[in-house]
Amino acid sequence: MLRAHAEEAAHNPLIPAPADLLWGFICFVIILALFWWKVLPAVKKLLDERAAKIEGGIERAEQAQREAAAALDKYNAQLAEARAEAGRIREQAREDGRKIIAEMREQAQAEAARVTAQAQAQIEAERQAAVTSLRAEVGTLAIDLASGVVGESLSDDRKAQALVDRFLAELESEGDKQKTRV
Amino acid sequence: MEHDLLKALFPTAPLAAGGAEFHAPSIEEFFPPVVLFEGTPFELNRIMIIRLIVTLAIVLFFYFGTRRMTLVPGRFQSIVEMGLDFVRVNIAEDLLGKKDGTRFLPLITTIFFLVLGMNITGVVPPFNVAGTSLIGIPLLLAVIVWFTFIYAGLRKSPGKFLRNSLFPPGVPWYFYIIVTPIEFVSTFILRPVTLTLRLTMNMIVGHLLLVLFFSATSFFLYEWQEAGLFRLLSVGTFAFGFAFTLFEILVAFLQAYVFALLTTVYIQLSLAEEH
Repeated sequence: MLRAHAEEAAHNPLIPAPADLLWGFICFVIILALFWWKVLPAVKKLLDERAAKIEGGIERAEQAQREAAAALDKYNAQLAEARAEAGRIREQAREDGRKIIAEMREQAQAEAARVTAQAQAQIEAERQAAVTSLRAEVGTLAIDLASGVVGESLSDDRKAQALVDRFLAELESEGDKQKTRV
Repeated sequence: MEHDLLKALFPTAPLAAGGAEFHAPSIEEFFPPVVLFEGTPFELNRIMIIRLIVTLAIVLFFYFGTRRMTLVPGRFQSIVEMGLDFVRVNIAEDLLGKKDGTRFLPLITTIFFLVLGMNITGVVPPFNVAGTSLIGIPLLLAVIVWFTFIYAGLRKSPGKFLRNSLFPPGVPWYFYIIVTPIEFVSTFILRPVTLTLRLTMNMIVGHLLLVLFFSATSFFLYEWQEAGLFRLLSVGTFAFGFAFTLFEILVAFLQAYVFALLTTVYIQLSLAEEH
């Protein structure tokens, strides 16, 4: 009992024993070193990586969005260009069509004019031929008739020929007068 | 020697031979016999061995928890990260901000897990005594905190630190005759003393309470052989012992949190521009 009291007096819980401090210090140093050099750097690295990963993901998403927007713009531009091109082509075609029609019309008109002119020329030529032959025949007939009437041949006579010509000229002018009158 | 070591680690309650004498726990609980290196400063007793085991457990837990960390954490890594995040986010960065929080994080983290680990052995069989119930570790940590917050303040701005600590602004000058000694004592003397005593005394009292309840239980249950109906009291004492065991778990966490938090608060006050 007495010994126990002496021991109790020897052990004051407020005064640390050297071994208490020493072992406490060793434990503290080991754990501090562990956290300082091993655990916390590893955790920091991990957190940085995680943050980078999240930021990278956001960045990638933004990038994708930008690319999509750019693609859409490009597509719209191309579409507008294509529309303009189509419009131009349509306009050109219409223009070409008009030109072709005009040309064709011109050609047809020229052709028609040419055909008409030809026909007229032919008619004129035929008429001329008819007039010439008629004149000769009419002259002969008239002389024949006159010879018959007068009883003498006038065929070789120059006077007779001149008479016939005059007569015919009168006849012609008579006909021209009639034509103008008509 | 090995037998001695085992006996020191796992002491068995001596069975009294019929004598009905109840031994109340005393402060000698915290001064178990020396096991190794007797007479040197490296004297190892039960509590020192418990401290070394706790240190080993902390080293293993965090070494394997952070050896191969992956971006998507597994179960074990999640637990380790949760513990570290609690100190980093809720204590260090919350009070000190990102920059100073990172600076003092190793010390704060060490204090939290060291104190928590040493406290929790108070309720972990077969240790059943907290490594912090001897004043050495609390005192050591308090002294380290004391140096740290003075270092933090002097490093940041010696003039501001001393003015804020000793001559709080907003006080008429003639009050400094009273205020300055009070501030000096409270900042430079009472801070480490309260840190030390709060932790040590919580652990000592917690252990004594548990020993009291459980030794009373065993006394009523079988040591006191003519107990009769008093034997029923063992149910009550055991229930109290159980309840206080749960309470001691809470206290273990709470004291670790308080120690780490106060460390951070003291550093924060040293770094503050104005109070």
